Amino acid sequence: MTVDLDRTAHEHAACLRAGDYTSRALTEATLARIHAQDSDLNAYITFTDELALAEADEADARLRSGDPGPLVGVPVAVKDLLSTQGIQTTAASKMLEGFVPIVDCTVVRRLKQAGAVIVGKTNLDEFAMGSSTEHSAFGPTRNPWALDRVPGGSSGGSAATVASRGVPLSLGTDTGGSIRQPAALCGIVGLKPTYGRVSRFGVVAFASSLEQVGPFARDAEDAANLLGAIAGRDDMDSTTAPVPVPDYTERFARGLEGLRVAVPEAFFGDGLDAGVRACIEQAITDLAAHGAIIDRDVALPAASAALPVYYIIAPSEASANLARYDGVKYGFSVRDGRSVEDEMAQTRGRGFGAEVKRRIMLGTYALSAGYYDAYYLKAQKVRTLIKREFEAAFASHDVILTPTSPTVAFRLGEKVDDPYSMYLNDLYTIPVNIAGNPAISLPCGFAQGLPVGMQLIGRPFEESTLLGATHAYGEVTEWHRRTPPSLA
Amino acid sequence: MALTTDEVRYIAKLARVALTDAEVDRLGGELSTILDHFQVLNDIDTQDVPPTAQSFDLHNVERPDETRPSYALEDILLNAPRREDGYIRVRGVLD
Repeated sequence: MTVDLDRTAHEHAACLRAGDYTSRALTEATLARIHAQDSDLNAYITFTDELALAEADEADARLRSGDPGPLVGVPVAVKDLLSTQGIQTTAASKMLEGFVPIVDCTVVRRLKQAGAVIVGKTNLDEFAMGSSTEHSAFGPTRNPWALDRVPGGSSGGSAATVASRGVPLSLGTDTGGSIRQPAALCGIVGLKPTYGRVSRFGVVAFASSLEQVGPFARDAEDAANLLGAIAGRDDMDSTTAPVPVPDYTERFARGLEGLRVAVPEAFFGDGLDAGVRACIEQAITDLAAHGAIIDRDVALPAASAALPVYYIIAPSEASANLARYDGVKYGFSVRDGRSVEDEMAQTRGRGFGAEVKRRIMLGTYALSAGYYDAYYLKAQKVRTLIKREFEAAFASHDVILTPTSPTVAFRLGEKVDDPYSMYLNDLYTIPVNIAGNPAISLPCGFAQGLPVGMQLIGRPFEESTLLGATHAYGEVTEWHRRTPPSLA
Repeated sequence: MALTTDEVRYIAKLARVALTDAEVDRLGGELSTILDHFQVLNDIDTQDVPPTAQSFDLHNVERPDETRPSYALEDILLNAPRREDGYIRVRGVLD
């Protein structure tokens, strides 16, 4: 049997176990495709051919010994924010160009243990700050559905390469929507796990109280298997929760019957594109037709304040986290300044891009003497209100349903010079990071010929409910099977 | 609220980021616009509301206090831009 790269990861896994083809054959075909597609997409910063082929040979040995793991021998791409031992990790920043980590981050280590084959490091907005992957020192990634449009961000490379059938699986990170929004704009599934579900050890830090690593896939089963491989307590990250990791496919047989769905009107206000709204309304109708109980009488008033809360808390944490880039220990370094302090300021002034500098400045301001109470402390208090509001909504509902993004993929350059308009992309995803809950984006239609995503938010540590609903919706609709116009 | 050029330069100094004059001008406008959008928070009553620093309560996570090997010196120095005799070299702090 020939290698068909349009297969999902679980379909590949079945073929590999049946001996239809080897992981080496699959990996060689995958590498050929992602290299060829990249002249159009620019989804990758680094290809890891040599590592991938070595891992593929190891996986083939495991397969011959009967290893039944769902990821053994399956190609995976990872966002270039995840440290990889011996392979440059750039965070898409000039600041880290050429930086070679001496250890793998925990999720990459777990992927390798699970037998996955890592084929490359994907493009992103610099330090994961952005919603379009245009803020990359390595140039923008393009959307496989329309090459003049952005893939979303910040995990745009990881989303684009899965959407274009380059790889069946990838990992991204999500601090305010950086997995869910690109998943929506590229027509695939993307899941942000509960805060504390997945280890952040070795992930280049942006906003430590908000961010999580999570999977991109084309269906719920693949997302469930990838999440299962990376989730769980890690001694190297004390914020990981001591909560057992379930089989994330455990709710697949349950269907949609009786699923209690809250639809908060606050997420359907001005700024929501009419075509996106129509797709979400049709999805709600379809869910109801298959037994879901829809409740539209749900108010989440504090959630409407989530955007300013986020743009105080995240830049504040970023300004502290990015203080480590001083040009001394690693990375870009200016050496001809007038003094130690001047060299440090020059290093940071020239090494960071415009959006990163904007956020460092914003965070430094919010934390500075005289403004701390008015901004940072106030934002943390409103954060409490948003969290309480979600808890109240989940007392009588299983999931909250919203659009993932207010619009479909926009054109390159359209919003890049207007920071606040770019920030509005994450209006519906940001409240979830503030509260810490898990959420998934799944394909639910097309507007102007471009994919639309619906967001399902769940209770803490109930990713299984989101994946079960995504699986059930995928059984009765075909949106996740649509393929972008053919690339290479 | 409008940030003055001096305020932008002061924040940049705190953040140790060298900015060009053009960047100072641009950031002044951009940050002022963003700060204006933050004013909605003033309308929210947060009296008696405690702050949330992290979404799920995990306190005082401990591990056994056991020795273990550290990374090799050569590995730690691998990415240092300037090194000498097993040390990271920096500019003199005192002239």
